[in-house]
Amino acid sequence: MRTTLKTFAILFLSALLFSPFAHASEKQEVPNLIEEWDKLWHEMLIDITIIGIIFAIVTIYLMFRYRRRRPDEEGGRFKLSTLGVMGWTLIPAFIFMADDIFLAAKNFEVWQKYRNVPENAYVVEVEAYMWGWDVNYPEENITISNELVVPQDRPVMVRLKSRDVVHSFFAPELRVKWDAVPGMTTYLWFNTHTRGEYVFTCTEYCGLLHSGMYGKIRVVSVDEFNSWLEDHREKGGNI
Amino acid sequence: MSTAVETATRSGGFSLKEWIFTTDHKRIGILYLIGAYAAFAVAGVMAMLMRTELSSLGPTITNNPNTYNVWLYFHGAAMILGYQIPALTGFFANYYVPLMIGAKDVAFPRLNALSVWLFWMGIVLALLTFVVPDPPDIMWTGYPPYSVITQGNTALYTFTVLLIGFSSIAGGVNFLTTIIYMRAPGMTWSKLNIFIWCILAAFIIQIIFVPVLGTAVTMISFDKYLGTNFFNASMGGTAVLYENLFWFYSHPAVYVILLPAMGVVYEIVATFARNNIFNYRGVLYGGIWGVVALGGIVWAHHLYIAGIPDWMSLIHVFLTLLISVPVGLLMIGLVGTLYKGAIEYRTPMLYAVGFIFLFLIGGLTGIPNAMSSVYIYITETYWIPGHFHYVMALSVTFAIIGGTYYIFPKMTGKMYHEGLGKLGFILLFTGANITFFLTMVLGVKGMPRRYYDYPQFPELEGLQQIVTYGSYVILAGALVILASWVYGLVRGGKAAPNPWNSKSLEWTHTPSPPPPGNFREIPVLPEDWSPYGYGNGKKEEEKGEDMEPARP
Repeated sequence: MRTTLKTFAILFLSALLFSPFAHASEKQEVPNLIEEWDKLWHEMLIDITIIGIIFAIVTIYLMFRYRRRRPDEEGGRFKLSTLGVMGWTLIPAFIFMADDIFLAAKNFEVWQKYRNVPENAYVVEVEAYMWGWDVNYPEENITISNELVVPQDRPVMVRLKSRDVVHSFFAPELRVKWDAVPGMTTYLWFNTHTRGEYVFTCTEYCGLLHSGMYGKIRVVSVDEFNSWLEDHREKGGNI
Repeated sequence: MSTAVETATRSGGFSLKEWIFTTDHKRIGILYLIGAYAAFAVAGVMAMLMRTELSSLGPTITNNPNTYNVWLYFHGAAMILGYQIPALTGFFANYYVPLMIGAKDVAFPRLNALSVWLFWMGIVLALLTFVVPDPPDIMWTGYPPYSVITQGNTALYTFTVLLIGFSSIAGGVNFLTTIIYMRAPGMTWSKLNIFIWCILAAFIIQIIFVPVLGTAVTMISFDKYLGTNFFNASMGGTAVLYENLFWFYSHPAVYVILLPAMGVVYEIVATFARNNIFNYRGVLYGGIWGVVALGGIVWAHHLYIAGIPDWMSLIHVFLTLLISVPVGLLMIGLVGTLYKGAIEYRTPMLYAVGFIFLFLIGGLTGIPNAMSSVYIYITETYWIPGHFHYVMALSVTFAIIGGTYYIFPKMTGKMYHEGLGKLGFILLFTGANITFFLTMVLGVKGMPRRYYDYPQFPELEGLQQIVTYGSYVILAGALVILASWVYGLVRGGKAAPNPWNSKSLEWTHTPSPPPPGNFREIPVLPEDWSPYGYGNGKKEEEKGEDMEPARP
């Protein structure tokens, strides 16, 4: 119990203390969130599948092994000793707790990557409203709706705002999601390694057209992006 | 003052007046059961309508998304507040507790009657959703600012929650008092049925946390109708406050539902395996009280991406993962009770086994939800309804239906139809797994929940269709189950006082159905008595024969 507490205390303190340093050390390398998330997901799936299969096999075995063969058959002859009670309570508790600490540590690693935005990130502002998204390029004075055009190979930071109710920005292929809360500015960031079109959609219930509140993220080459910016600046920003 | 006389005088034949003014815990329990299954039926119809709507892209049976949103609101609110909590802490608590602890009734029979009628008023109020011109469309979570600015009738939601909440608190006071003060002589704390402990724990959680939910939903109606600004960001309020208050109750509510369901399954498993509870003390102190201790400090795992500070998320990641410890102990106790037992697979036991497997899947798929990084992707996708249908809707419904089969002979004095019961189980188990396993798969593929349509994910139409077919199998199962009960009521054979050969008090010391006042005289329990005292060779079946209903 003491060691468990100690481990957690260290884990937790390091979360608080080292987060600025973690940020600094990631200067050189931009993590790939898609790969990080997929890896964590698979490790977690393996973890729960093993527990599930062990539990299911034991249950099925006991179900067959101890089925009633004669109508007057009785169980109840087996009673745990005090030592048995302690063992069957503490040992599983420690096994589960160890697994919990393992998963919490794994989770912490990835969480840091999600929450620390790489320094060279391209910043856009997205304002959600019932029922659509305004995308604003703060440096360029361009605002467009339901479309997010970003350059390839440069992390993108999205500053999220909401004009009316709580919304949530979700881009499944990019493995990111965060709530847009009225009165707050939240943020998320994602990688743009592959050119193409990705869906982003609202995932916090917001009324009538909630399911129609989606747009697309277009990841384009840097040249294409610059000429796109040029075009929209000429048009005065708003379309 | 006349309570004792009222409960004791019951003429033969049906009298509506007697049912309306009853203070008998068994009749009140049955009133809860009827209300709960009625809510289940209506909310189930909503589910079928929604699944049909989702089976193809674009409008299928309605072209108004608002209609869909109202169905979804009603489905969630009615299933949790109108079906699960009342079935478990209403019906099972009422029917079992006094019988199991050897009491003639609950401590405050009239308060009990108030509870059930408050619950019924809540049900009627909830049903007004289909009558008022502007039905609530705010989901059972009722998040502001949407619930404040919507055209929908948020007050209907607020008052439904308040009525059912008052009912729960009154029930809590009643059952805590009953369990603490009205146990039969000789029934010490260490001899209580696991179910009784579960009810005790569930009501402690209810009494602590229901007022918080009451506060939260009252605040949204204040904002909407009285012009306060608790959740209005432009006036300095914040929506995150509501989300904290709401989940501060609504996560523990999961355990209010889970614990009594576990308790019911423990009773069924012990009876049909003819075995004592494996690791009773570990289950009690580690499992049940562990859940109570942790239940109230894990709510923020619903808010990881809602705008709370990172340090709060990280604390809640670890605390939420720790829930696996008490829940794991509860599961080990349940599976361990099979060890060296003599298991007979009658319908209630099939449901108990179904519960074990469904809860196993539901519990394990909860682990990713606790991990904030994994959560970023899977939250608010179909993974979440998939997971909580397994862990709450399916497993708990299996406990409720299995518990109903288990208690059916005691409650009605008749036997249900065994063949139809088993057929219903197979249909329900198959349909449930097709529907909700694939729901989780859809979630991993990125399908967001609470969507009327999914034009941005056309590739998911095929899976959506199979999920809909699965839900029709569930419907078929539900109808077969209903048929097995109706057959039992109309043509079922007479039930013995103890058809399962259980050692628990409600079976050994009362006839089926028990008369008003339950016991002719309060049983005095010997030192070596235990509700799970199997294996000493004595048969309890014959004992019930010489029992006659108590008469005043």
